[in-house]
Amino acid sequence: MQQIFNFLFKNSILLLFLLLLGVSLTLTIQSHSYHRSRAVTSANAISGYVYEQVNTVEEYLSLKEQNEALAGENARLKKMLFNTQDTVNAPEVKIPLAMGQFAVIQSKVIRNSYSAPENYFTINSGIKEGIKPDMGVVSSLGVVGIVENVSNGYATVLSVLNPKFELNAKIKKNNHFGTLTWNGKNTGFAQLIDVPRLATVRKGDTIVTGAESRIFPENIPIGTIDKVYMDKKTNYYTLEVRLFNDMTSLGHVYIIENKDRDEIIKLEEETTNSNNEQ
Amino acid sequence: MSSSTIMNIFRFILLLALQVIIFSRLNLFGFLNPYPYILFILLYPVNGNKAGLLLSSFLLGLMVDMFTDSGGVHATACVTLAYLRPTFFKFSFGLSYEYQTVKINERLSPERFSFILISIVTHHLILYLLEVFKFSGILLVLTRTLFTTIFTLILSIIIIYLIKPGKQ
Repeated sequence: MQQIFNFLFKNSILLLFLLLLGVSLTLTIQSHSYHRSRAVTSANAISGYVYEQVNTVEEYLSLKEQNEALAGENARLKKMLFNTQDTVNAPEVKIPLAMGQFAVIQSKVIRNSYSAPENYFTINSGIKEGIKPDMGVVSSLGVVGIVENVSNGYATVLSVLNPKFELNAKIKKNNHFGTLTWNGKNTGFAQLIDVPRLATVRKGDTIVTGAESRIFPENIPIGTIDKVYMDKKTNYYTLEVRLFNDMTSLGHVYIIENKDRDEIIKLEEETTNSNNEQ
Repeated sequence: MSSSTIMNIFRFILLLALQVIIFSRLNLFGFLNPYPYILFILLYPVNGNKAGLLLSSFLLGLMVDMFTDSGGVHATACVTLAYLRPTFFKFSFGLSYEYQTVKINERLSPERFSFILISIVTHHLILYLLEVFKFSGILLVLTRTLFTTIFTLILSIIIIYLIKPGKQ
């Protein structure tokens, strides 16, 4: 017994080091393994408060660009409104049906990250505003991420610029589906993989969110095709997509809640389970 | 509490604040972020409490991880650096470093420079290895370590000269 104590006492620094190393390595490996697995995130009162204070100062530097982006979005929405075929009758029937499934919450990016191999950013709304994990985040230009961790007043968002980000997307013109991912190289581009070979793809075609996504509504813009590669092994196309969003400067964003998400997932699970039993 | 403890707490808070508010948001050339917060570990008193250094380094790394959403990479790199610090001291200042009053925030001699450099390289290499976390990214790890080391080194030396105590 005495010897054990002696050993522990002599090597206390080494043991403390190994303990702390074990804890921090566990945290690191966990964060690399799957979604929402990080134990320490910036979605908490301390870092949220600090970033909010820093953001209030920084905001003044980009006021002009933010205003222009919002005015541009207004113009686009007005154009859609003015071009509806019958502005008196149509909205009454159509809007409740189309809007019913999705709720939109306005929010602001208070910390952005784009230079790390796995990027997350922080927004200044949380449980209080009704944010939940796995809600979609879009800016006025298109998709930017998916909510990951939520605290009372803040949330962290899995950025498009993260290899963990996967989204069902399609070519707007011909409805061919693929999966949007990021290869970690360039902040201006994402990759659309597994596009079937019989799809006609051309440089400049628009990529939008697909109908299979349970998080985003269909037809939210993502980017345009910049380059087309053929994957030799699988005979699928890999498309280099130039993102509409400049991910290095994000300001106001909208959080989209798909109210039918749980229902869809439950239904799909039941279907696969009953299929397995047969 | 002795004055050196208070000095350490003050340094901890100041370097952490500078790191998360300024240095982690610089993104020079789109990817370069220096990490001069590790000066806390380097400037910790040579004969100070070793367990205290390990624990405070772990906490410092964990706080930076929390602010930058990086899992636990900073905590791992900081704890390793804190543990290896005596070895680096021995390497740079010779075997009897503990009996001399080594203060790295004085005139920049080759010994001090090599100590700062080897510490920064170790920290950054572990940091980027864990952050990239795949063998195919080894080139990315090395280039990032190289460029960030240069950046951190310059900033660290500037900061050491700025916070140097006035008494001579």
